[in-house]
Amino acid sequence: MRIALFVTCVNDLVFPGTGRAVVRILERLGHTVEFPLEQSCCGQMHANSGYRAESLPLVRGFVDTFTGYDAVVAPSGSCVAMVRDSYPRLAESDPGLAAAVTDLAPRVYELSELLVDVLGVTDVGASFPHRVTYHPTCHGLRMLRLGDRPLRLLRAVRGLDLVDLPGAQECCGFGGTFAVKNADVSAAMLTDKCTAVCDTGAAYVAAADNSCLAHIGGGLSRRNRSSPAPGVRAIHYAEILAGTGQERS
Amino acid sequence: MTGGTGNIVAPLPFPTAARRELADGQLRANLRRATHTIRDKRLRVVGEVPDWEALRRSGAAIKDDVLARMPELLEQFEAAAIAAGATVHWARDSTEACAVVTGLVQQTGSTEVVKVKSMATQEIGLNEALAEAGIAAVETDLAELIVQLADDTPSHILVPAIHYNRRQIRDIFASRMPGVDVASLTDEPAALAEAARRHLRAKFLSARVAISGANFAIAETGTLAVVESEGNGRMCLTLPETLISVVGVEKLLPTFRDLEVFLQLLPRSSTGERMNPYTSLWTGVTPGDGPQTLHIVLVDNGRTETLADPVGRQALRCIRCSACLNVCPVYERVGGHAYGSVYPGPIGAILSPQMTGPDAGANRTLPYASTLCGACFDACPVRIDIPQVLVHLRQRGVDARRGRPSAERTAMQAMSWVMRDRRRYAAALRAARRGSAPLRWVTGRRGQVRRLPWPLSAWTASRDAPLPAAETFRDWWAGRDRSTHGGGRS
Repeated sequence: MRIALFVTCVNDLVFPGTGRAVVRILERLGHTVEFPLEQSCCGQMHANSGYRAESLPLVRGFVDTFTGYDAVVAPSGSCVAMVRDSYPRLAESDPGLAAAVTDLAPRVYELSELLVDVLGVTDVGASFPHRVTYHPTCHGLRMLRLGDRPLRLLRAVRGLDLVDLPGAQECCGFGGTFAVKNADVSAAMLTDKCTAVCDTGAAYVAAADNSCLAHIGGGLSRRNRSSPAPGVRAIHYAEILAGTGQERS
Repeated sequence: MTGGTGNIVAPLPFPTAARRELADGQLRANLRRATHTIRDKRLRVVGEVPDWEALRRSGAAIKDDVLARMPELLEQFEAAAIAAGATVHWARDSTEACAVVTGLVQQTGSTEVVKVKSMATQEIGLNEALAEAGIAAVETDLAELIVQLADDTPSHILVPAIHYNRRQIRDIFASRMPGVDVASLTDEPAALAEAARRHLRAKFLSARVAISGANFAIAETGTLAVVESEGNGRMCLTLPETLISVVGVEKLLPTFRDLEVFLQLLPRSSTGERMNPYTSLWTGVTPGDGPQTLHIVLVDNGRTETLADPVGRQALRCIRCSACLNVCPVYERVGGHAYGSVYPGPIGAILSPQMTGPDAGANRTLPYASTLCGACFDACPVRIDIPQVLVHLRQRGVDARRGRPSAERTAMQAMSWVMRDRRRYAAALRAARRGSAPLRWVTGRRGQVRRLPWPLSAWTASRDAPLPAAETFRDWWAGRDRSTHGGGRS
């Protein structure tokens, strides 16, 4: 099976460790991962902000880049949701592109979908001896309906103590440009999310989206500055599954 | 057709109004408690219905049929209502609707009317218009009465006084309710309800004119329906001689049978009840029983404009259950007043700017008052894809302003141009990494920075920001490709 990695623009620049983790997990399971260098951004920020015309070239670019693969995996619930949920609508006016999207979109998977549904694995052979809580993120939860796939993967990790996050299904307040355009409301939501995370007593809060984690992690980091104790850290669950146990870089 | 007018125009941009509301800690506590209570109740009773998803789809399909046949069904409704003895009036906007109702009340010679809670009359600003004509309108819904006595505006579609707690309500009654026995008034719900009952009973028995809205208008029979919890609505609908019902044109259902679907969807979604305590249906007039004169005012007020948008028109399926408000994390933090319209929350964010046109007041800011988390779509009993419409309205706004300069558009265009070409994109990633290198050195190994320049200062006002990594993923990949594929790197 030809598996391509769509690393996403945010991961490429800011969180490359997550992409490296995905490669490491899949190679450990005996698969070869390809990284087409033509890839860039799925266009989510453009499309969700109302810039359809600016997002369309990126939609075309994504489709051209990944059409030949059996499976495309991305460590980002929101980017995968963008492809599966928004691409068909964005491509409506171009029959050729629409057909290509219809063909490709079902083969674009969030990491836990690829591992659990396609490769049939829940134990990826990882070790991470820490207490972890999991934030499901809105796109993973309500658009991709990831369900308990990430939790099943985490429960199989050696030494990992998974604790429930109160109000887990509530949005953290990131919302792309919402975090800047409605900064005050975003911050109020973030405060509540960080409090819930800290209340769990976990050392790490994990999620399937580095954008949400940048927001939550940024909030936690700000809290940690005023406390001498080591605070809760945000981490992409792929980095846990890779079994390094190391901190985010 | 002109856009809608009245209390659906936000006076302040959402971020500004939201900041004001966020400062009120008591409000946030009240909202959190109330929305979570209703939310949990709703989840419980919806979970009891095995065919809930099928019911939602039926509700959406029936309403889509109404939207597709609006003119035909309205004429059918009008003919049936007239045949049953009602008089039907049409109003294009809030000004016309208020003028019609005021004229009708004046014809009766009454200077006081009782009202059953109605979003349509809130929307058109009827109470204010009646007051100008020297007519006092008495709200009889308990929560609406609280808001009216407090000289406030509703902050929720279903629970207009959601932003008050019991103690605050007690104080409002004590200081504002005529004839209340202040000494014995406690903040017990029973005591508050009793005080309101005494106050309202006198009004019901003396009122000759009542004003209502309607939850449903049945085209087949000309029937109107109101569902409620307290019975005060039924008092309004049955005791006075004259009843004036103000109804938005989207309230139609094609047949009587369709009520079957909506009387299951609405109470479970709105109050978390299996069935609402009072369902009142009336068709024209019946000699010797109930009101002897019935006027029905059918209000457009921007609904036809909304209907013209193929994506946005699904907002007109709304049955005002307010389930989307109760699950919305944004509404939970800021309450209804931040939206500046009688339709707050997620549904208001798509309904208000469509009804008025996006350039009315600050309504242009409403489609951005959401993180697109999708909780509203999951909760909506008629499957309005609110996130999709929010994005669609943002897009309409961007497209409408293509000719004007905008820093945001320039940035979006530049990013799109860079990102659609592999070499440009790789170069940009490298530049971003290099540009941030000094910051990385200053901030240490964690790579979190505390203060960024505008516009990212809005981000760092409340959270640290991550910095570009020392090496992009693609550079790592390229380096790995050049060496042997040993793996084990991270």
